[in-house]
Amino acid sequence: MTEYALILASTILVNNFVLVKFLGLCPFMGVSRKLETATGMGLATTFVLTLSSVCSYLAYEYLLIPLGLEYLQTITFILVIAVVVQFTEMVMHKTSPVLYQVLGIYLPLITTNCAVLGVALLNTQEQHDFIQSALYGFGAAVGFSLVLVLFAAVRERVAVADVPEAFQGNAIALITAGLMSMAFMGFSGLVAG
Amino acid sequence: MLTAIIAMVVLAGLFGLLLGYAAVRFRIEGDPIVDQIDALLPQTQCGQCGYAGCRPYAEAIAHGEADINRCPPGGETGIIALADLLGRDPVPLDEEVGEAQEVKLVAVIEEKDCIGCTLCLQACPVDAILGAAKQMHTVIRDECTGCKLCVPPCPVECIRMVPLEPDLSHWKWPAPDDSRGNANPASPTASEVA
Repeated sequence: MTEYALILASTILVNNFVLVKFLGLCPFMGVSRKLETATGMGLATTFVLTLSSVCSYLAYEYLLIPLGLEYLQTITFILVIAVVVQFTEMVMHKTSPVLYQVLGIYLPLITTNCAVLGVALLNTQEQHDFIQSALYGFGAAVGFSLVLVLFAAVRERVAVADVPEAFQGNAIALITAGLMSMAFMGFSGLVAG
Repeated sequence: MLTAIIAMVVLAGLFGLLLGYAAVRFRIEGDPIVDQIDALLPQTQCGQCGYAGCRPYAEAIAHGEADINRCPPGGETGIIALADLLGRDPVPLDEEVGEAQEVKLVAVIEEKDCIGCTLCLQACPVDAILGAAKQMHTVIRDECTGCKLCVPPCPVECIRMVPLEPDLSHWKWPAPDDSRGNANPASPTASEVA
């Protein structure tokens, strides 16, 4: 049990995918202009990341290892992620129009989110079992959503602030992200993970 | 090597089948109200409503982002039809987007003044203007929707909007008009005729 709690704490805070591992930066910069879209993206990513993490684990464990094809993991994971995203979108469109309205346009974007592939690859690298993979994916997604929402809130304030001309737009956003990253570095040592 | 190829092909094939099945099983029709609204709009794609075309405007109406009175080419008839469909009260045309056209207009190019700059060609949303660089342009009368978008770009002001009088080749039997109780079938307006 402690081990699972450690995985969650480690992925959410200590080894945060965006601010410590620098994965998934494009949605982090791209959809963080408004708090609303950031929340939508965070929810969609949490859903897909958990699911694709589990599916990638299954594909790796029961297809690639028995066939001795571990070197094909990257392309297999990309395939799995793309299918999971597409399938999720279709099912969601049919079964839950409200959720689809909220997450709709962000779902296809997640296919190209490198954090999703990163989680799948790190799962195999760290030899997680099924539950660990699921938790790792979930934790990574929660961490991603957390910093995305925090960052969007900061950017909404920055947007109305008097920023020097040379720093306007993405420049100040990157500086803000850097400062947030430094703050998150403070968590290292919280748990040994 | 062969195992790898076969494994990937089988995996991709399985995923393809899964997605194909999902596409059939979870098929969903587009928002039907948007299609209905779109069908009532005049499809001039003129953008006078402030949206990129008729379809985006229809979507905006369906989502409640835009009012139904922003379509000058549709005129009063269009607003009433939209109000009927959506169960709202008809409202006068938004002054911000222009005046209602009681009479259908077409653009006419004064051909002796035209310098062949092609600016009006680019402005026309329905490609109703024919011409090439340094060649005289002309308006295809039947294609013109009267949206006036070609008038401002013309550097020599050689485009005029003239009312389109119904003549023998254009006249159509007026559609039965049950959307207005007080409609007078004896004198349909020109916009309904054309």
